[in-house]
Amino acid sequence: MKLLGDDEISEDGEFIINMGPQHPSTHGVLHLKIWLNGETIIKVQPNLGYIHRSIEKMSESLSYRNFIFATSRMDYLSAHINNLACALTVEQGLEVEIPERAQVIRIILSELTRLASHQLWWGSTGLDLGAVSPFFYGMRERESILEIMEETCGARLTMNFMVPGGIMADIHPDFQRKTKAILSQIKTNIKEYDDLLTGNVIFEERTKGVGIISKEDAISFGMSGPCARASGVSCDIRKWFPYSGYEKVQFEEILETSGDCYGRYMVRMREMLQSVSIIEQLIDNIPEGEIQAKTKNVIKLPKGEFYQKVETARGELGVYLVSDGAASPYRIKYRSPNFSNLFALPQMSKGAKIGDLVAIMSTLDLIIPDIDR
Amino acid sequence: MNHTILAISLSSIANSMHQSLQALLGDGFALTATEMLIQGLSLIVFLVILCFYLGWMERRVAAFMQIRLGPNRVGPQGTLQIIADTIKLLLKEGLTPNSSDKFLFNLAPMIMVITSFLVVAPLAFSKDFQLWDINIGILYVSAVSSISVIGILMAGWSSNNKYSLLGAMRSGAQLVSYELSIGLSLISIVILTGSLQMSDIINSQSNGWWLFKGHIPVIISFVIFIIASTAEINRAPFDLAEAEQELTAGFHTEYSGMKFAMFLLSEYINLFIASAIAATIFLGGWMPLHLGNFEAFNHVMDFIPGFVWFMGKTMFIIFIIMWFRWTFPRLRVDQLLNLEWKYLLPISMINTIFITIIAIYGWHF
Repeated sequence: MKLLGDDEISEDGEFIINMGPQHPSTHGVLHLKIWLNGETIIKVQPNLGYIHRSIEKMSESLSYRNFIFATSRMDYLSAHINNLACALTVEQGLEVEIPERAQVIRIILSELTRLASHQLWWGSTGLDLGAVSPFFYGMRERESILEIMEETCGARLTMNFMVPGGIMADIHPDFQRKTKAILSQIKTNIKEYDDLLTGNVIFEERTKGVGIISKEDAISFGMSGPCARASGVSCDIRKWFPYSGYEKVQFEEILETSGDCYGRYMVRMREMLQSVSIIEQLIDNIPEGEIQAKTKNVIKLPKGEFYQKVETARGELGVYLVSDGAASPYRIKYRSPNFSNLFALPQMSKGAKIGDLVAIMSTLDLIIPDIDR
Repeated sequence: MNHTILAISLSSIANSMHQSLQALLGDGFALTATEMLIQGLSLIVFLVILCFYLGWMERRVAAFMQIRLGPNRVGPQGTLQIIADTIKLLLKEGLTPNSSDKFLFNLAPMIMVITSFLVVAPLAFSKDFQLWDINIGILYVSAVSSISVIGILMAGWSSNNKYSLLGAMRSGAQLVSYELSIGLSLISIVILTGSLQMSDIINSQSNGWWLFKGHIPVIISFVIFIIASTAEINRAPFDLAEAEQELTAGFHTEYSGMKFAMFLLSEYINLFIASAIAATIFLGGWMPLHLGNFEAFNHVMDFIPGFVWFMGKTMFIIFIIMWFRWTFPRLRVDQLLNLEWKYLLPISMINTIFITIIAIYGWHF
């Protein structure tokens, strides 16, 4: 794979636009430096560092119970799943058996998070392409999910609910009823999503054949999640390396072959239905029992290295933890999905128009605090 | 037909004002000057208030389509919200960027607003109530409305901002292209009527609106007119010159306060004008709806004043254009030009030929 010949393009006499760090469609403080020829993009260079909070370094001075909660601030739309990844890493070191009930609730919460995240993504994709209305329809379902989260976890965005050994508290008595209600609501309303955006001629024109990335390039860039699956890379961690009981549920890994914006869009739309089906399998069969395994008050991991990866709404999140036997990690490294996905952007957007760049960014579904940890 | 049953009509008010002023000032320059002043002032007041309520209407329509409420606190149903917003805009500082071309930067919003006001002149609001019944009405409208592109280019260039420049260049290409389709669909009615004068076009529809009389070709040119004028007035899905998600705010990125409000004002006036022209030439202007031989129905329709008919039709088309805006995604710049040059323009050219044949053989009703 040839990268874009960065040294061939100088800055003198070129028409350069700085998109961001304050720009409506970068969804955060991403800074893209764009070399333009008229409307056509010659080169894109992402610049990072505007929202670096040194979460990895900070974790080295936090206890094994506390460092998990910093990850809610990384990919804030997949907070449960991030927390789960860290909790699983610590449990790997502790070698504890997680109660059945906690595992099932963890999966349900993860899938609800994925649904909420995809709905926000759907809304903001419409918004980025110039259709404002989808945003409100996406928010409608997301809001119902966040209400469930609020009742059970006490928070809407940074849930901090997964602890080493299980979950922090038991679910709210209304949890099952409300979850079933939101599932049927989503199954009815996903038709509205299709009516409003999917079949629209302008939408198809804007996304089909735009921002294509081949299967080989997707693998080379280390892309993961729905973005890679749209290029035909089978990479669902839930299927390949099941964790927390995903091996017991039936679901399909969604694959598309086109590798363009429309492919990425369709992967997420179909994934929503898969998440709904996963939750439907579990919601009536939550086993009774404990919600936490017995752990010591001050957790100390044995000396060694631990690695756990999970599938967030955006792809593969890896947690690499080095322990020296003390009460806090020696070193933490996160392999975040957005970072790898972002750096496929220059390849995808070469030769595209400015409008295409916005479409590509929105279907990559970037969350900037996850890129800059 | 045309018997105004209400004793007071807009034209009778205008006539009585004219007579009393004539009695007061005599037939001279003073009379002309006073009447021009009154006309100008009432036009400006009318349009500004109209735009307030188009802004309010847009927000309520958007809210209706987006399962939310919209402004509903200030005044009944939020009708005074827009006045509060205007006061805010008036009190804001109108920044002029240091590195901009200051003269052109401040001139651009004025050009936009003045152009918009100028185009209103030949519109017939009611029977015999028209500022200027010029014999080249349609030509005048399409000629003067093209000037607004200069305002946009001027704003984009003088801001000295790359986003603004891109927005201005986009709008230059867009407006020049879509002017053609607008012209051709206007010409189709001119061919059928044989006149460019607004009052002639309206009178030719006394036995039925052109949309119903002219078979499918007129319906096609009506649809093309709506699409092309949506592009002409820079509204979604053709709002590439602003393209908030791509160019932050396009040509008016650097504008604030009242200068920004003037762009907004001209956008809404243009929306009104485009819809009013569509209503005038395709839907019969202030003519009431008549159905064949249903005399009773036709008499009831005649009771409704012409001004109400005109505004009703205009508002209907405005609603359709707003509906576009809140439903469709935005086109890309090359797709926008493809749509015009590959589809709309050839279709309207062929359509014009059909309409000419219809006009020659008198096949329309």
